[in-house]
Amino acid sequence: MNPLRVVTSRVVVLPDQNVDTDRIIPARFLTTTGSEGLGAYAFNDWRIDATGSPRPDFPFNDTRAEGAEILVAGHNFGCGSSREHAAWALREIGIRVVISSEIADIFRANAARNGILPIVIDKSNHAKLLTAAFQELTVDLERCEIRSEQLGVMEFPVDAFMRRCLLEGVDHLGYLLTKLDAIEAYEGAAS
Amino acid sequence: MTHAQPATAPRTMYEKVWDAHVVIPESPDAPAVLAIDLHLIHEVTSPQAFATLRERGLRVRRPGRTLATLDHSIPTLPRRADGSLPILNNDAARQIELLAAHCREFGVHLHDLDSADQGIVHVMGPDLGATQPGMTIVCGDSHTSTHGAFGALAFGIGTSEVAQVLATQCLLQRRSGTMCVDVSGQLPEGVTPKDMILAIIAHIGVGGGTGCVIEYRGEAVRALSMEGRMTVCNMSIEAGARAGMIAPDQTTFDHIRGRAMAPTGEAWERAIEQWRSIASDVGAVFDRSVALNASGLEPMVTWGTSPEDAIPVTGLIPEPAGDSRRDRALRYMNFEGGEPIAGRAVDTVFIGSCTNSRIEDLRAAAQVFRGNRVADGVRALVVPGSASVKRQAQAEGLAEVFVQAGCEWREPGCSMCIAMNGDLVEPGKLAISTSNRNFEGRQGPGARTLLASPLTAAAAAVTGVVTDPRELINEPVTAGGVS
Ligand code: SF4
Repeated sequence: MNPLRVVTSRVVVLPDQNVDTDRIIPARFLTTTGSEGLGAYAFNDWRIDATGSPRPDFPFNDTRAEGAEILVAGHNFGCGSSREHAAWALREIGIRVVISSEIADIFRANAARNGILPIVIDKSNHAKLLTAAFQELTVDLERCEIRSEQLGVMEFPVDAFMRRCLLEGVDHLGYLLTKLDAIEAYEGAAS
Repeated sequence: MTHAQPATAPRTMYEKVWDAHVVIPESPDAPAVLAIDLHLIHEVTSPQAFATLRERGLRVRRPGRTLATLDHSIPTLPRRADGSLPILNNDAARQIELLAAHCREFGVHLHDLDSADQGIVHVMGPDLGATQPGMTIVCGDSHTSTHGAFGALAFGIGTSEVAQVLATQCLLQRRSGTMCVDVSGQLPEGVTPKDMILAIIAHIGVGGGTGCVIEYRGEAVRALSMEGRMTVCNMSIEAGARAGMIAPDQTTFDHIRGRAMAPTGEAWERAIEQWRSIASDVGAVFDRSVALNASGLEPMVTWGTSPEDAIPVTGLIPEPAGDSRRDRALRYMNFEGGEPIAGRAVDTVFIGSCTNSRIEDLRAAAQVFRGNRVADGVRALVVPGSASVKRQAQAEGLAEVFVQAGCEWREPGCSMCIAMNGDLVEPGKLAISTSNRNFEGRQGPGARTLLASPLTAAAAAVTGVVTDPRELINEPVTAGGVS
């Protein structure tokens, strides 16, 4: 996993509430047996119409979205299905930070394990960030703050373990494998 | 009267199950390592996890605690004359083959398509008696919350967590908050557990349970059969909750007894004793509490693109409100707003999914279909949740009722719930479905979904329009109610 310390990029804003993981990656693309190649289908039915033409009103289709690594989303982003494919698809289109006033539990964990920092921020700062479409923002995980010329500095809370894993690129499975002694002891006691 | 001071403070059921599975407690710096009793896997969210194991030279730590089935990308049409399966495409075929190959390589028991137990993962586990009170159960699928109906702590995980559980039989977890949903009163006739959970989600909202494990309790919940409890817990995730749980009781024990993986003899007695102890203690404190009365509930149906968009079938579709989410949902659904939901013509009816594909759901639907015909121009699919549900429905003559009425009676699987297997709702068509998600495109690109109970879906199938099922039922209905 690539460590994540400071990300500076333009912001894409998707203000819709309750964007579910079916919208991030529709189920018909889940027949893959790998985790690569899903970026091409990210937000597929939102991004293109039935004829395959890009929808002009979809923010990721704006030329200013090019290279954006930060997504500010409406309340309760990533709800619904547990598919990690949603995080893989976002990672592949270059997203490294997702910010919302609420991020669904499973998506939040999936994102973090794939090098994407999920930030749940208070409502008033969220409201400000929703107005920041295509502005440049810096997300600093070392200092747990978001900085922008227009909006100033905002602090954000983050789980200590998630922060450490992202900063150091710690792989969760590798970490868990270091706990095998405790797991064996538990199993011995339980059986 | 004075009581001896308890050794520990009163705990909720969630806290008891959690405590019993802590391998390493959580700290501010690290999540807990939590032991997992049962790991269910299926073809869509496991291939990448097995690949991780292979890359790192790892084995499945406890194959005996891992159960596999095929459900999401399989066809629900029978085998062709030449014995081949009408699989949607090469990718789906590859997924199906890979799960079989991985299970062979790693020693995991696969209930494959010709097995007597194959089914939707959340129907199969309880069918087999593998789902038991007090267990921790995970699966790479958000509706794992279903198993909480037995008093298990059961939740969905991502694929890299599937790899963690395969390799270590443990997960890294932070403790969730607790929420209590207390449903008093009695469900009126024609109002089912599906209506109850849709009403709960409409009440607390689609993010209302985020960060929490919900415990459902109260008179109306106690009165539910296990099928009904599974329907309720199944949709906990649609309120954003990590899991849903219902305290085990005699209904639970009676359901498990005698199933293939249920304990027997002395082990059964010991199990019951232990299962009785996991209910929340008197005085246990929940972070949040919500109360509802079942007696006033009506059959519910959704009008929009979120499960929280549920209204009584007698109600009006809300008007546009300058609220971007609602307006977008109305546009997607092609509804003006302000008109009654009843009377809307439906094109497709889907009775199935891990929410409503169990025997009681099929009995309820059959009650409406018996002696009736599917309306002209309507396509109605009835998909049993598992091979064992299918056998039972055939034995009870329900399958015949569906076929006589003009329904398509299918092989078990996820089918139109997820539309990645060949069963789907065509673009723009209006479907009434007993599944759990009415998201944009969930049942196929451009498909418009109304969520409802099996009774309400069947009523729409025979009338061709959204219909209050109470108008069609003459005999008393106990769909998922007191059995
Ligand atoms: S029936 Fe639908 S919700 Fe249930 S496991 Fe299958 S795809 Fe998921």
